Amino acid sequence: MNIFHFINAFFSDSTHWHGYDGIPTRLREHVQYSLIALGVAAAIGLPVGLITGHTGRGGNTLALIATAARALPSFGLLVVMFILLGLGLLPAMIPLVVLAVPPILVTTYEAMRSVDPSPVDAARGMGMAEPEILFRVELPVALPLILSGLRSAAIQIVSTATIAAYVSLGGLGRYIIDGLSQRNYEKVVGGATLVAVLALVTLGVFWAVDRLTVSPGVRGRA
Amino acid sequence: MIRIDSVTKRYPDGTVAVDRLSLEIPDRSITVLVGPSGCGKTTTLRMINRMIEPSEGTILLDGADITKQPVNTLRRSMGYVIQNAGLFQHRTIIDNIATVPRLLGWSKDKARARARELMERVGLDGALAKRYPYQLSGGQQQRVGVARALAADPPVLLMDEPFSAVDPIVRKGLQDELLRLQAELGKTIVFVTHDIDEAIKIGTMVAVMRTGGRLAQYAPPAELLSDPADAFVEDFLGTDRGIRRLSFFPSTGLELTTTAIVAVDATAEQIAARATPDVPYLLVTGLDGRPLGWSAPGDLTAGAVDPAELLPFGRPFVHGEESLRAALDGAVLSPTGWAVAVDREGRAAGVVSQQTIAEAIRTAHAEGRDAAKVAG
Repeated sequence: MNIFHFINAFFSDSTHWHGYDGIPTRLREHVQYSLIALGVAAAIGLPVGLITGHTGRGGNTLALIATAARALPSFGLLVVMFILLGLGLLPAMIPLVVLAVPPILVTTYEAMRSVDPSPVDAARGMGMAEPEILFRVELPVALPLILSGLRSAAIQIVSTATIAAYVSLGGLGRYIIDGLSQRNYEKVVGGATLVAVLALVTLGVFWAVDRLTVSPGVRGRA
Repeated sequence: MIRIDSVTKRYPDGTVAVDRLSLEIPDRSITVLVGPSGCGKTTTLRMINRMIEPSEGTILLDGADITKQPVNTLRRSMGYVIQNAGLFQHRTIIDNIATVPRLLGWSKDKARARARELMERVGLDGALAKRYPYQLSGGQQQRVGVARALAADPPVLLMDEPFSAVDPIVRKGLQDELLRLQAELGKTIVFVTHDIDEAIKIGTMVAVMRTGGRLAQYAPPAELLSDPADAFVEDFLGTDRGIRRLSFFPSTGLELTTTAIVAVDATAEQIAARATPDVPYLLVTGLDGRPLGWSAPGDLTAGAVDPAELLPFGRPFVHGEESLRAALDGAVLSPTGWAVAVDREGRAAGVVSQQTIAEAIRTAHAEGRDAAKVAG
């Protein structure tokens, strides 16, 4: 019995492709949790990172909070949230968001700080307003690095979203948790493989977004 | 006119960057702020477009306090050129140049048409329009920087060490280009540099500043070279002050000797007639009138002059157009001690000895002193 045997057995079993515990359903749930968590984390991390990066203020405080948040174990946080909030989407989302905010926030901040100051000085001297400088001068140049922060956050979310199954939610974590409790290793390996494939797809999506949104003038220089 | 009226910039830590500076910057001319690092020249420039606010004093633009209008309106009325150009790397060259017109609400087509016009004006190949900044050389990027500053046709141009980051040959080209542009456009330019030679070359007026943000001297470049206000200015001007000052004396008044020139196909009689005792050498010219080289009259064979055997004539100067410095340089470089004057087409107009040039310099200095007395 090797791992490829498990994988083959899991995916060739037609019952795994139908119903509420079928691969399409679990995949859809997993993608859904991941998108919500990434969306919320980006909604927190991006504005704070952009503004602190643009103004240059609050960088140290930010790094401190981010480091502290990174030290929190996601699973431990999930248990605490379950005790405080019970079952549901919210206690599962909080650890994922807490996991994803630091890489987004810190890379966005660093990306903005690493923008060459002379075009910013030129823009200000030409009479551009501060929001215009942020969005039209700094952001386009900082974009590749910001996207890399979002990408690593997304990968972490996709792999960690498996813990949602612990609080009775769906997603690909179901196969792993159920498989472990049933000693059905075929299921465990199958679920893990799906998570890995989804992570690779995420990488591909970010590669495409990078290609479409980053100016050739910025990419050519790197 | 820009009027800086006893302006002081003091930072919270007590550092004084600019100390009670007063300057009147005349319209349609290049005013250069020059001095060692830490003399407050950049701070002064940046106070004119309010990138830095003065602690005391006022700056007036055409009689009105610059703080009385919205800061971005003020900045859009002044072109701004910085070291390393500061181009937007995510935008094409044409869109970089079109930035301020777009800010002022011009349509994309109109702004781009204007940008194309400016590319031509600053000597950039139109084929570069769709390129990105990283694909251009440092000198080309700086030209884009100048074009971008000129895009909305502002009356004032602020330039902060714009040519410091390029190599000397490119820098000279950019300086010449700026002078040519200025002759066409007549902007009020404030130019910051730490290079005194650059200041003397391009400035109509030069403000020499010293550490601590104080004005050491404010004068036209020729006056700076002839009458430095104090030891600091003299030291900052460096060596060869006298020779460099000659650049401001035209060669127009130089009396040329025209008899010491023979054509390459001259007859024996012509050579004999031209060889007078006070002319030890004859300048041989080609049939097109361009100088070929020097020869002692006795060494010339009528009708069979071999150009390869002539003495070199150094660098000729354009009579009436180039300065006494160029004439003196030509004479010093020539093995005969005589400089060759040419017209604009490069045809020999005459020759002139070191002695004659030296007399012209003495006369020019005397006239310069008289003029200074009248002005004073």
